[in-house]
Amino acid sequence: MDERELVVVGGGPAGMAAALAAGAAGVKDILLLERDQHLGGILNQCIHPGFGLHRFKEELTGPEYADRFVKQVTKTPSIEVSLRSFVVKLTSNMKISYLRPGALEEVQAKSVILATGCRERTREMIPIPGTRPSGIYPAGLAQKMINMEGWIPGKEAVIVGSGDIGLIMARRMALEGMKVKAVIEIQKQSRGLARNVAQCLDDYGIPLYLSHKIARIEGADRVEKVVVAAVDDAFCEKPGTRFELSCDTVLISVGLIPENELLEMAGAQVDRKTNTPVAAEVNRTSIRGMFACGNACKVYDLVDSVTRDSEKAGQMAAQFLKEGK
Amino acid sequence: MSRKLICIECPQGCSLEVALEGNKVVSVTGNTCPRGDKYARSEIENPVRTFTSSVLAEELDIKMLPVRTSGPIPKAGLLPAMREVKKILVSAPVETGAVLAENFMGTGVNLVACRPANKPPME
Ligand SMILES: Cc1cc2nc3c(=O)[nH]c(=O)nc-3n(C[C@H](O)[C@H](O)[C@H](O)COP(=O)(O)OP(=O)(O)OC[C@H]3O[C@@H](n4cnc5c(N)ncnc54)[C@H](O)[C@@H]3O)c2cc1C
Ligand code: SF4
Repeated sequence: MDERELVVVGGGPAGMAAALAAGAAGVKDILLLERDQHLGGILNQCIHPGFGLHRFKEELTGPEYADRFVKQVTKTPSIEVSLRSFVVKLTSNMKISYLRPGALEEVQAKSVILATGCRERTREMIPIPGTRPSGIYPAGLAQKMINMEGWIPGKEAVIVGSGDIGLIMARRMALEGMKVKAVIEIQKQSRGLARNVAQCLDDYGIPLYLSHKIARIEGADRVEKVVVAAVDDAFCEKPGTRFELSCDTVLISVGLIPENELLEMAGAQVDRKTNTPVAAEVNRTSIRGMFACGNACKVYDLVDSVTRDSEKAGQMAAQFLKEGK
Repeated sequence: MSRKLICIECPQGCSLEVALEGNKVVSVTGNTCPRGDKYARSEIENPVRTFTSSVLAEELDIKMLPVRTSGPIPKAGLLPAMREVKKILVSAPVETGAVLAENFMGTGVNLVACRPANKPPME
């Protein structure tokens, strides 16, 4: 079986920063596994500017931020990158199985860093009554389809949830010529950054309904309308406040949840509610020598912080390999 | 007269208050750093935004190539810019920063690639 000092799972900003820092700290034999055919992770679909102000003192788009690290990774001799490599199994003694086109590979690592990112919370995780027509998408999936595949989801959209992804998608759809009717947020405040409310909604005249919720989604095959209602402090519907918005597309942007199936599989402790590793310090897990960084460790708002903390994860792994702690 | 703005120059999103005399900015308050002052003046006098989108690629290892303007363009130019980039088809490999349209729509800034695109890998 293939043996490696360090295996990093996930080639987004977290995995790349961790691998680079481990390499810089003297780890000679690093395997970076990424299921996609490119490095960069979620940044590849984040084509808007807003990345790197701290790290590079200039505002980059997601792909540009990623590219700076991809270039470093590819010229670092101690890092071997394996793309289209989907890790399907991890054991507590750090044996990893991954699928590559046409093969199931196994590798024994001395240390593992999990940088598998987040997945989106979906409609199934927040109850919205009504029919189940097509035209309802998680916002991040829509982002990927629009920005990377050139797909336009429909003509008129309503966005549920005011997280940054939802706000950024409101602007993207408006630019793509769709009519974005509203962003509906159950909280009293936007969950996204104030700058995104300004430049993604106000710039395009898109209304943000705070303390409102979607009472129903209606439509036979395709979404036809949503019913919106105001809520009180306990998030209960205020009677007599219902109104309708016709639309053929609903994006759900209700947050991200760390992707930690592998960690669970290995027997590490994972918090049931937040899906984050249980450990005393950021980047650590309950298994010695196994680390988790980036969005897999906790949900980050800024990629610059992901890079900073993930570099520490790389250094921690290097220290573990040297000193066994 | 005064106008309230949110500074969009960094994630802090400071609330700015701009004192105006007619259309002229007299003073800016609420900003944490000088960029906020600059933003407020520009936002009142000539609002600009960095334009980003993605353009169609063919026979390359990605379907769409993310692009941006190398500097901000007038806000009113964003929707016309969208129509313009829909006409672009990239079919040869590019590096990050490669210029796809010089002096894009007469704005004085270029439209550039945000990532490399290469020939697809041989199967
Ligand atoms: C829509 C959106 C907009 C954002 N906007 C901004 C912004 O404007 N400014 C900013 O600073 N930050 C922004 N962020 C936050 C920032 O981009 C993320 O926090 C950061 O990209 C997370 O990096 P990561 O490497 O942890 O995860 P990811 O980028 O998700 O990378 C995880 C990688 O792991 C791979 N992977 C997962 N499981 C496996 C497996 N089993 N085997 C192999 N590979 C696997 C995935 O394919 C992926 O490439 C945004 C985030 C999102 C989602
Ligand atoms: S004023 Fe300065 S600190 Fe405040 S949002 Fe603008 S750039 Fe950021």
